[in-house]
Amino acid sequence: MKAVITGLGVAAPNGIGTEAYWAATLAGQSGIGPITFFDATPYPVRLAGEVTGLSLAGYIPRKLRAQADHVTHLALAATMMALDDAGVDPAQQSAFDMGVIAANSSGGIMYGERGLQRLWSQGPAYVSAYMSIACFYAATAGQISIRHGMRGPCLILTSEQAGGVDAAGHARRQVRRGTPLVVTGGTDASLSPGGLASQIATRMLSPCPDPARAYVPFDAAASGYVLGIGGAMLLLESETNARQRGATRIYGELAGYAATFDPANGDGEPEGPAEPHDPPRGAGRFSRLGRAAELALADAQVAPEQVDVVFADAWGRAELDRAEAEAITGIFGPFGVPVTAPKSMTGRLYAAGGALDLITALLAMRDSVLPPTINVTSLAPGCDIDLVTGAPREKPVQTALVLARGLGGFNAAAVLTSVN
Amino acid sequence: MAGSLAARDRRVVITGVGIVAPGGIGTKAFWDTLVEGRTSTRRITLFDASPFRCQIAAECDFDPQLEGLSPKEIRRMDRAAQFAVVAAREALSDSGLDTAGTDRSRMAVSIGNAVGNTMRIEQEYVAISDGGRDWLVDWRYAAPYSYQYLLPSSIVSEVAWASGAEGPAVAVSSGCTSGLDSVGHAVQLIEDGSADIVVAGATDAPLCPMSMACFDAIRATTPRNDAPESGCRPFHRERDGLVLGEGAAVFVCEEYEHAVRRGAQLRAEIIGYANRANAYHMTGLRPDGRELAEAIRAALDQARLDPSEIDYVNAHGSGTKQNDLHETVAVKRSLGQHAYNVPMSSIKSMVGHSLGAIGSIEIAACVMAIEHGVIPPTANLTDQDPACDLDYVPVTAREQDTGVVLSIGSGFGGFQTAIVIAEPGRGAR
Amino acid sequence: MSAFTPQDLKTIMLSTADEDVAPDLDGDFLDQPFTGLSFDSLAVLEIAARIQQQYHLVISDEASARMTTPRDVLDYVNGQLRESA
Repeated sequence: MKAVITGLGVAAPNGIGTEAYWAATLAGQSGIGPITFFDATPYPVRLAGEVTGLSLAGYIPRKLRAQADHVTHLALAATMMALDDAGVDPAQQSAFDMGVIAANSSGGIMYGERGLQRLWSQGPAYVSAYMSIACFYAATAGQISIRHGMRGPCLILTSEQAGGVDAAGHARRQVRRGTPLVVTGGTDASLSPGGLASQIATRMLSPCPDPARAYVPFDAAASGYVLGIGGAMLLLESETNARQRGATRIYGELAGYAATFDPANGDGEPEGPAEPHDPPRGAGRFSRLGRAAELALADAQVAPEQVDVVFADAWGRAELDRAEAEAITGIFGPFGVPVTAPKSMTGRLYAAGGALDLITALLAMRDSVLPPTINVTSLAPGCDIDLVTGAPREKPVQTALVLARGLGGFNAAAVLTSVN
Repeated sequence: MAGSLAARDRRVVITGVGIVAPGGIGTKAFWDTLVEGRTSTRRITLFDASPFRCQIAAECDFDPQLEGLSPKEIRRMDRAAQFAVVAAREALSDSGLDTAGTDRSRMAVSIGNAVGNTMRIEQEYVAISDGGRDWLVDWRYAAPYSYQYLLPSSIVSEVAWASGAEGPAVAVSSGCTSGLDSVGHAVQLIEDGSADIVVAGATDAPLCPMSMACFDAIRATTPRNDAPESGCRPFHRERDGLVLGEGAAVFVCEEYEHAVRRGAQLRAEIIGYANRANAYHMTGLRPDGRELAEAIRAALDQARLDPSEIDYVNAHGSGTKQNDLHETVAVKRSLGQHAYNVPMSSIKSMVGHSLGAIGSIEIAACVMAIEHGVIPPTANLTDQDPACDLDYVPVTAREQDTGVVLSIGSGFGGFQTAIVIAEPGRGAR
Repeated sequence: MSAFTPQDLKTIMLSTADEDVAPDLDGDFLDQPFTGLSFDSLAVLEIAARIQQQYHLVISDEASARMTTPRDVLDYVNGQLRESA
C-alpha cells in the first residue's frame, strides 16, 4: 500500500509558508542571522535561524497562545498549512481515521525556562497552571490532535535531528496498519538562554560570527553548525484515501524508510577522532548512516542509479561531514549523485530538520530543480560529492534520498518517489 | 479500517524483564511489594518539599554505584537514564541473549519518556542562572552533557550503547501513556519486520521542585501529606489526587521464532495494542470514555479476543476524581457485562504515578501476574466510591489463574492506550 | 483592605490569556460561564493562582472547583478579604 504526501506546511527561518520558503531557498536566501529572541551579546555564539513574524492570529486559537510554547505554535501553524494545502477539512473525516505521528526534540524550552526562573526567584506560587501542559515533549501532538479532532494513533518520537524522518517512517507504518490520514513532520524551538548555553557546551556550534561562513557543511572551513528553529509538517495518506476524496495533488510517495544506530565500539578501527558528544567509552564512533541509506533504498526497491538527488544531513563538522560523504560515495561512487544541503540557509532545525528536507525534496520533484547549498566555496578533502552550490540546478527528480543523523548515534534515511 | 498485515505472521514475546521501582530494585523486590500490597509512597526525601502543596511521592531507594554504574556514567546520566540502563541490563541478563552472537542490526531500542531528564535540567538551570537570578544565564557553567539532558533521546542512546543495538532507536513520548506506547512501538517494529529484538520500556525520574510546582498549580496531586502511606487512593470515595513516583521498566521484546530458536524462556506474549487520543482537552477527560473504550476495542480486536477472555485489567487508576471515573466508564463501555466480573486494580496505589515510566512498570506487573497467578491489589481501597462499582481487588492480592491481561492508560495531551499481555502461546490462534 | 473589583478581576483574567481576548470581557461578563468566555479549567486554575499570588490568600480546592463564573470568583475573594480585614 502506497503512503503518499498530499499537503505541506512550513515555518522556517527563511520563509513562513511553503511557497515563501521554497522561493527563498531557490534564491539562496538565508534565514541565519543574529539572535533576536533575547540579548545574545554575552554568548560566544550569537547566530541562529529564527522564525520571526509568524502571525499567531491566523493560526493559533487565542487561548493557546498563553497556554503553549512557541514550539507548539509552530506545530499548529505548519499543520494548518498542510491541511489547507491538501484540501482536507478534518471535520469531514472520521475522527479515528486521523492520527498525529510527529517529532520533537527539546520540548517547550522557552516556556519551561521562564517557569523555572519564576519558581527559583519567586517561589512555587508563581508557577503557571499551564506549565504542566506547555513544556512536555508530547504537547505538540496533543494540541494538534485536539485542534483538529484527530482521535487515531498519536504520539511524539524523539531522536534529535533524525526525528522528523523517523516520524514520517512511523506515520507510514500507521497508514499501512489502517489509519488513512496521518499528520507527520517535526518542530523544534530550542532557543532560549539556557537552551543556547547547553548547546554551546556541546562544542558543536560554529564559533564563527559571520552568518555567511558559520555553517558551511562539507566545506574545508567547516567549523560547526548553526542551530535553527522551525516547523515542517506533512500530511501522509494512503493513496486510496487520497484518490477517494479527490485530492488534487499528490507530491510523492514515501517509498522507503530505515533507521540505524551507531555503536560506541565496533570491529576494527574507529572512524576518526572522538567527537565532543561521544561517550567517553572508546575513541570515535562507527557510523551506520550508509546502512540506513541502503536499507531505505532496498525498502523502496530503488537502485542507486535511479536516485536523482541526495539531501544530506550536513552536520557541518569536519569528521561528521567526511563520514557522511563516505557513506554517500560508498553507495553512489565519487561524485555519483547530486547532493545538496538547503539547511545551509536555515541552520539545523532538529526535529523539524529532517521533515523540512522531505518537504524540500518533494518541491524539487514538483518543479524539477535542485536547491543549492549556500556559502560553501571549497569542498573539504575526502568529500568527493557533487554538491550543488551557486545557483539551483534544473533537473527532473523522480527519486530523492533524504539523510538525517541525530546526536547520540541516530541515523534515519527516507526515499521519496514521484507517483506520476 | 481493517489492518492490512497478515495476523500472526510475526508474534511478539517478552524474554527479559528489568525494573527499578519504588519499594524494589529488580523484578523480585518489585513483585514482593505488589503481592504484599505494600505502599511505597512517603514524605519526599530527595529534596526539601516543604514549600509545596503536595509533599509526598513514591521514591526509589536507588544507589547508582551499588547498581553497577560507573562514576563516569553517573556523571553523564540523569537519574532517569540511570534507571533505564540498570533496568535494561537486568532485562538483557534475564533474557539470556548473547549479544555478541546476535545480528545487532536487527536489534532496536524503544524507550518511553514523558518529561525528560527533569532533575538534571533543573539542577543545570539553577547553576547557570545562579538560582534564577540571571535570565541571561552564564554559559560557562553549563555542564558538558547539559544539552543531552534536554533530549529524551539521550536516554535511548545510553540504553542502545549498553545493549549493543544497531537497529532503529527512538524515544517515544506520549505523556503518561509513553510506557505503554513504547512497548506498542516495539510490537509494531517486530510485526512489520523492522527488527527481531527490541529493548523496550520506559523511564521517568520527575521528583524535583519544578515537577511538584507544576502539579500543585493544577491541583492534580494529593495534599494528603499527613498520611503518606495511603496517599494514592484509586477508586476510593475520598480520593483527591495522584502521587508522583519514579522508576523504569525495560523488556527484551523478541520475535517469537527468533526467541524459540535460541531456546529463550518466553515470559509472556504481547497479542494486542492500540493507541488513540480523545482530542478533547490537554488534561480533561470526556466523561463517556469513548476513546479509551475504542483503544480497548481495537487492541482486543487485534488480539482476536472476546472481552470475556480477559482475566485481569491493569488500570491506569491514578487516583484523581476524574480519571478513575472516566476509566470505569470506558471499561464498562468496552467490556460490557464482563466489566463486572473481571478484577481490575491499580498498582499506582503502591508505586505512585511515574508519568512516562508507569506504563512499562505496569506491563511488568502484568507479566508477573500471569507468571505467578496472583493479581496485585489496589492498596488503600477501604471505602469504595459508589460511582466506581467494579471489582478493584481492594487491599489484598488475589490468587487467580491469569492468562490474559489488559493494561490501559490515559495521559495529558489526551492519549488513550490499551495493550494486551498474555501467557506465551496465546498468540497462536 | 480594599475590595476586589470587577476591573481587578478583568486585569487578572486578561493576564492569563492573550491580550486579544479583550473583546470578550467588555460589557457584562461577570455572570457568563468561564467556558463561554474561552477560559477552560486550566485557565480558571491559572486565575486562581494569580489571585493567590497577588492578594496573598489561599483558594481551597473545593472553592476553586465551584468557580464557574467570574462573579463566583469576585464574591469568594471579597469574602476572604473581608474575613482577613
